Amino acid sequence: MTWVNAVIQGILIGGLYALFACGLSLLFGVMNVINLAHGDLAVVAAYVALGVVAITHVPAVWAFLIVVPIFAVLGYVIQRTLFQAALHRSVLTTMLVTFGLSVVIENGLQQFLSANSHSIGIGSLVSDSFSIGSQITIAYLNLAILVVAVIVLLGLQYFLSSTTNGRLIRAVADDREAAQISGINYRHVFGIAAAIAFGTVALAGIAFGMFTQFDPTIGTDQLLLFAFEAVVIGGLGSLWGTLAGGILLGIAQEIGANIATADQVLAGQLLFLLILVVRPQGITIRREPRPI
Amino acid sequence: MSGSAVTGYADQPGAAGLAGALLEVRDLNVHHGQLQAVHGVSLDVPAGTVHAMIGANGAGKSTLLRTIAGLHRPTSGSVLLDGTDVTGLRPEQRVAAGIVMVPEGRRLFPSLTVEENLLVGRTSARPGPWTIEAVYDLFDWMRDRRGQHAAQLSGGEQQAVAIGRALVANPRVLLLDELSLGLAPVVVRRIYGLLPQLLASGVTVLLVEQDVSQALGVASMVHCLLEGRITLAGQPAELTPAQIESAYFGVVGNGRGKRLGNDQAPTPPEQQAGSSESSGAEP
Repeated sequence: MTWVNAVIQGILIGGLYALFACGLSLLFGVMNVINLAHGDLAVVAAYVALGVVAITHVPAVWAFLIVVPIFAVLGYVIQRTLFQAALHRSVLTTMLVTFGLSVVIENGLQQFLSANSHSIGIGSLVSDSFSIGSQITIAYLNLAILVVAVIVLLGLQYFLSSTTNGRLIRAVADDREAAQISGINYRHVFGIAAAIAFGTVALAGIAFGMFTQFDPTIGTDQLLLFAFEAVVIGGLGSLWGTLAGGILLGIAQEIGANIATADQVLAGQLLFLLILVVRPQGITIRREPRPI
Repeated sequence: MSGSAVTGYADQPGAAGLAGALLEVRDLNVHHGQLQAVHGVSLDVPAGTVHAMIGANGAGKSTLLRTIAGLHRPTSGSVLLDGTDVTGLRPEQRVAAGIVMVPEGRRLFPSLTVEENLLVGRTSARPGPWTIEAVYDLFDWMRDRRGQHAAQLSGGEQQAVAIGRALVANPRVLLLDELSLGLAPVVVRRIYGLLPQLLASGVTVLLVEQDVSQALGVASMVHCLLEGRITLAGQPAELTPAQIESAYFGVVGNGRGKRLGNDQAPTPPEQQAGSSESSGAEP
């Protein structure tokens, strides 16, 4: 029964990982750039949520309504300025710029907000739960995060497949130059993708801040790594692969923790390495996309 | 309309007196890194005509076309559309101005459906006769298969979608880059057979083609590029095979005919060209 419980808890935490990963996956799919500051942005969003709650006294669970739009705008602006200037030089430059941004964020947070851990207080909601049988306990918060993750992925799926901007994002991801001569301003499209990536990672960061404690270094130490692993396990460029990857990572971690608490992260890494060896394209990608 | 078209072949019949061509290229120089791919090329394309660029591999034809489309920035020189300088515009802004290219190798969006490819082509579209429905009328098979992914189409069908994607932007000047590449001759003939319909809708065409006989068959004016320079310009009917051959391969022939010096170049191009390998270096 404890194993069943581990799987269930893994599925629940997997939603959070998918939420972290979808923005990373989207930006990589569109620009071929891994945003190494992705995890740190989530941490910043959690701090901003703390500040928003302290200043406006909105209930913490609704802080995302303010923080996510701010981050979406921030994403568009940073993409059109800092990232675009770097992309103009090369993809490698862009990765270095995101790495630099990561270092700046981490040290800035430590400098001005101390290395202390924080958590976004949501009162008793953090521990409220219901039980199935005697051994399986499901926390409302974890369930809510999973539901939010699925809703976000469904929304993203709809956006990409059925809206004009979503179509332009797919076109630019397919062939940037062909998109340009078809009349697309790819810089604007990159900006939209970055806005989505920043918005979703802000949501993930806030959810994480409610779920557990965060500090300035956790963005790179854990969140970026987990997001990256979820993307690779699931398969790059597949939204539902990202969810599957997040859930598998969560299950592996919970099973690891069930063996020994210290094995939690290790189990996730082992699954990640195993997937890289036996199925490097990810579990949901059937084959390499056929070149046209 | 611009009245100041100064070109190297203003004395040519067919191009003479056309002050204010729709598309003007003035003394264009384009580099790929250290290598100069286009040397001081000037061109006038009057509205309602088909101009063809012929030349061997690496002669700079595609580079010239891509520069006109805005994908390459020229080292010097300018591109004018209806007298307005568009040299500083980005590719998508040139689409909005009316310069649209069908790129070499089709370059469709493989993960998008046929219809989505056409919809993307509408992004910066000008108003005009070409709608997605009009493209479906032009290629009757396309309507039934609009939901298919572009990657599932044959080469000829992909070329048709690529042309459709360009047409729905309602171009004033349509740039066609190597339409025949990788396609069966019968398909190529069918696609070139569409040109009269495009012209009738008000589109002006500048095309690049390695298949010389195909280009001569459809163009009202032919230019031959050799190592980045225009070595020949004239109406197809006036050009002899010998002239074309010498301009194409850079062999010094009898020296008569329509061969052109470049008005900016210090030495006539045929002398430079004749001293080097005819196949030329790939820029």
